[in-house]
Amino acid sequence: MHIVVLTLLLLLQIHFVLLISRQGKVRLTKWYSPYSQKERTKVIRELSGLILSLGPKLCNFLLWRGVKVVYKRYASLYFCMCINQDDNELEVLEIVHHFVEILDRYFGSVCELDLIFNFHKVFYLDLLLSRALQGVKSWQAYYILDEILIAGELQESSKKTVARLIAAQDSLVETAKEQASSLSNMIAQATK
Amino acid sequence: MALSGMRGLSVFISDIRNCQNKEQERLRVDKELGNIRTRFKNEKGLTPYEKKKYVWKMLYIYMLGYDVDFGHMEAVSLISAPKYPEKQVGYIVTSSLLNENHDFLRLAINTVRNDIVGRNETFQCLALTLVGNIGGRDFAESLAPDVQKLLISSSCRPLVRKKAALCLLRLFRKNPDVVNVDGWSDRMAQLLDERDLGVLTSSMSLFVALVSNNHESYWSCLPKCVKTLERLARNQDIPQEYTYYGIPSPWLQVKTMRALQYFPTIEDPNTRRSLFEVLQRVLMGTDVVKNVNKNNASHAVLFEALALVMHLDAEKEMMSQCVALLGKFIAVREPNIRYLGLENMTRMLMVTDVQDIIKRHQAQIITSLKDPDISIRRRALDLLYGMCDVSNAKDIVEELLQYLATADFAMREELSLKAAILAEKFAPDLSWYVDVILQLIDKAGDFVSDDIWFRVVQFVTNNEDLQPYAALKAREYLDKPAIHETMVKVSAYLLGEYSHLLARRPGCSPKEIFSIIHEKLPTVSTSTIPILLSTYAKILMHSQPPEPELQNQIWAIFSKYESCIDAEIQQRAVEYFALSRKGAALMDILAEMPKFPERQSSLIKKAEDTEADTAEQSAIKFRAQQQSSNALVVTDQSPANGTPPVSQLSLVKIPSMSSEVRSLSAGLFASCKDHNTSEQGVTQANGTLSVVDPQPSSSSPGLLGDLLAIEGPPGVAVQSEHNLVSGSEGASDAEDALALAPVGEQANTVQPIGDIAERFNALCLKDSGVLYEDPYVQIGIKAEWRVHHGRLVLFLGNKNTAPLVSVQALILPPTHLRLELSLVPDTIPPRAQVQCPLEVVNLRPSRDVAVLDFSYRFGTNVVNVKLRLPAVLNKFLQPIPVSAEEFFPQWRSLSGPPLKLQEVVRGVRPMSLMEMASLFNSFRLMVCPGLDPNANNLVASTTFYSESTRAMLCLVRVETDPADRSQLRMTVASGDPTLTFELKEFIKEQLVSIPTALQPPAPVPTPQAQPTTSPAAVSSDPGAMLAGLL
Repeated sequence: MHIVVLTLLLLLQIHFVLLISRQGKVRLTKWYSPYSQKERTKVIRELSGLILSLGPKLCNFLLWRGVKVVYKRYASLYFCMCINQDDNELEVLEIVHHFVEILDRYFGSVCELDLIFNFHKVFYLDLLLSRALQGVKSWQAYYILDEILIAGELQESSKKTVARLIAAQDSLVETAKEQASSLSNMIAQATK
Repeated sequence: MALSGMRGLSVFISDIRNCQNKEQERLRVDKELGNIRTRFKNEKGLTPYEKKKYVWKMLYIYMLGYDVDFGHMEAVSLISAPKYPEKQVGYIVTSSLLNENHDFLRLAINTVRNDIVGRNETFQCLALTLVGNIGGRDFAESLAPDVQKLLISSSCRPLVRKKAALCLLRLFRKNPDVVNVDGWSDRMAQLLDERDLGVLTSSMSLFVALVSNNHESYWSCLPKCVKTLERLARNQDIPQEYTYYGIPSPWLQVKTMRALQYFPTIEDPNTRRSLFEVLQRVLMGTDVVKNVNKNNASHAVLFEALALVMHLDAEKEMMSQCVALLGKFIAVREPNIRYLGLENMTRMLMVTDVQDIIKRHQAQIITSLKDPDISIRRRALDLLYGMCDVSNAKDIVEELLQYLATADFAMREELSLKAAILAEKFAPDLSWYVDVILQLIDKAGDFVSDDIWFRVVQFVTNNEDLQPYAALKAREYLDKPAIHETMVKVSAYLLGEYSHLLARRPGCSPKEIFSIIHEKLPTVSTSTIPILLSTYAKILMHSQPPEPELQNQIWAIFSKYESCIDAEIQQRAVEYFALSRKGAALMDILAEMPKFPERQSSLIKKAEDTEADTAEQSAIKFRAQQQSSNALVVTDQSPANGTPPVSQLSLVKIPSMSSEVRSLSAGLFASCKDHNTSEQGVTQANGTLSVVDPQPSSSSPGLLGDLLAIEGPPGVAVQSEHNLVSGSEGASDAEDALALAPVGEQANTVQPIGDIAERFNALCLKDSGVLYEDPYVQIGIKAEWRVHHGRLVLFLGNKNTAPLVSVQALILPPTHLRLELSLVPDTIPPRAQVQCPLEVVNLRPSRDVAVLDFSYRFGTNVVNVKLRLPAVLNKFLQPIPVSAEEFFPQWRSLSGPPLKLQEVVRGVRPMSLMEMASLFNSFRLMVCPGLDPNANNLVASTTFYSESTRAMLCLVRVETDPADRSQLRMTVASGDPTLTFELKEFIKEQLVSIPTALQPPAPVPTPQAQPTTSPAAVSSDPGAMLAGLL
């Protein structure tokens, strides 16, 4: 009927972040634009189908439904970020890498950054990541992402700073846990 | 106990991982969901810690793709937990599960606000992150002042301030009014002096959003941006941790350059010089290196610098430097760089005058059509399409044709369309155009839409010089052993019309033509057979007196199809058979098809019907914006001769278009003679239903229209882009596009406020109201109607504190309306409203609708909307009461078709007779009760006004069946056949689909209501429950 054309006014930079495994399993999603549940499911289904079908050695950008998807595969994990057509793709591609490096540092602290393209290392990274993202620690990936992006914009470009903040959060949780267990011990003692 | 809970999650996760198939997984998940549900429901006293466990499990289940709506409330309530670990999970899960439109979220505002204003830094961070990620308008209004305070507070640490900056950015995007411009410009300037690069990066993002909305208030920040760039470019005072592969924060560099692009120019010579030094350094100092990340990061900066250079309109020398650089890029090994090289060249096309330099790279770009990466091939196609003009059209189109044979299926349709458009637009001569289209059909028939071959037929019909050539070409293609069905159609049509022009050539006698076409008949589908039958009839007509043998053959075919099951074929066969027995009289009946009157291109229609917004904009968009500078093909019209011809597609672009139209070159029509002289008479003759304008010039405005039609609609490209993605989805595509509309809208449109169609429908019934509204502009309408005249006033209101520029209003009038729009100013000042009167004269009855093509620019972005104008048929009706004495004689005197038409209408929306009567009255058809003795019938009368019909009485009778409300019989009568037909169709449209504005209190249940209410199913009042939980 009527066509309202274009424009980027006041829009988010990154609409969503999506991590999917090569088997098409969702490992992490984060939506900065208001997608309804139905739309989210649809986006995931379509996009994972599309990205998994792509061959290697292609460029890392896709035009898709009027937006641009920047994606990159790290071993068996695909990292995707959806941006506007006018946004700077390479910049976002390196946000992806920035995120990966921080995840890597967090989950597999043995990793040397400049070795990241070494096959074994990548394999290791992937193993750690996919294990981490499937496992009980996977929310950490969310916290890490929240320290890197807010409102779809880059918040912090220093890996050191992000690592420091995440460590601080972890210790807060630890402390609370200790307190709780000592408390429950006390209660247990008292009710014995 | 604490440990066992987490163990539960671990066990669950490993259970899931061990599931052999989806079914097992589902069973396991269902079991777990049942467990969680009962926990939530029964155990009132769940501790925050236990809640955290289940909420976390829920997020995991949600990630697996299951619905966990029932637990939203629990997740939200966890936000108010007193301890950090639970609160943290509450925040993270809430922001993952919910979006800004969830009602539950609104109820958490107070808790979130308490965390923001509280003294606990970690809580502040959690709250700011949530609001920054999913905060909506409500949050904007209630939290913005607090967030601003945190951002500028000297006592807050960087970790809070950088989050506050981005949080404010989101709130600002949700409601720009929350940032008070006057107060903020100074603070923003201070923020840009920030030494902490984390805070500076976030502040720069905020700044980009602010200047994109209104740069005027932020001039003082401009030098600071340049300073920041200098600092980064020279790597001064940048902590090691903020360099990325040796590059000082590439992201901050990109952001800063982006911000500068929102300023129209940089006036201060010193600042400008410093900036250009930085840019020059970036342009010249970036090399392709081995490390991928370093390469990407440095090129991210480089491409942004290029965009800034383009924006600042640098000297030609620097521009050519840029193009040279891009030329280098499109040949490198790194696919990302190739892709971006092509994309930026396309961008460059529209910004500056460098086409000639870009053309030097044409060969390389053509090579990119064969790139192994389809994304790159598409960019190459886009660029070729964008850079094509009269000088290189032949080369480019021929390359495209060649490429067509090997192109991916996913690209062929787009490719064919683009080739067809370019061929039409830049054809050095018409015969070349015909060649191209026939080759297109030959090479990629499956991908050539009907519109394309219809166009070639229109061209040939309207250009006598072309007819023998086209017929000959068609004849040649028929000799090929296997030809596409579309080719059969187009050649049968052309030969039917024009084969007699070839009569003396070998192989072109009527008999030979007939037999070569008839050979194809067994291979074609039913939709083609009617065309072939027409061709046979035409051949017969042209061979008067007919050869008995040929005549018998053709008659035999006709009589064979007389009993065909397909109604169209049967009817044609019967009619042609009967007609062909009339001998010489056949000549009059089956004479050559008249020239096509201008009418709306089917492509335009297609575009209007496609609700999808832009998908692929790049080249199409550029083309659309570029068009005035291109050699649009149209015959030279001299406006001195009076009003320009009013045709559906003639342009009334205000204020500058008419001169451009005049100056457009007549390239394509070089072969058409006598246009300039025959212009005057066309005005009134065009476009009525029965009269066909005999003058050759009638093709030119139509052509212009069609070109524009092909240009304008992004819908076409949407489709093809989409095809790439979903391949075989086929019929469900449209639906998908709709379902996903919010994605696209978020991505690249200014979302209209309210439903445009609904607003239009409402305005069809009343005379004032809002026609269109988005966050920046509101278009109101006020109308007065008197007989066949109308006066509409468009109220264009700028809702912003910044001016709207490049405002353009273009009226695409249908043939039956004469529309004159007064001058529309190019700029609308902030918060101002301008009135633009639009005079309407109704020339004759028609249901076509005028379209307002409205566009404006805001920041660097262009918004364009096409809006139907409520100058519709019923506006020219005047209800008139009729008594029985007046009615029946009139009714009887209008005895039958074409003045009185009757039709059985099916699929009528169910409504009572009363509702129908009020519907009729609302469209100014006066219902006359008591005239019809049958209570189930309805009689109405009205007067229709137009220049051609003057005042014309119209009578309508509707007979309904009380047993079946979905159908009725309608009879419409008036003294004018066109009016009768149009009015009948008009009423039918209203009956079959009632505009929503009119919908009577829900006789039909609306099924859409269900999903949104599902959370409510949990309890009677979710709000109360949640409030209790909090």
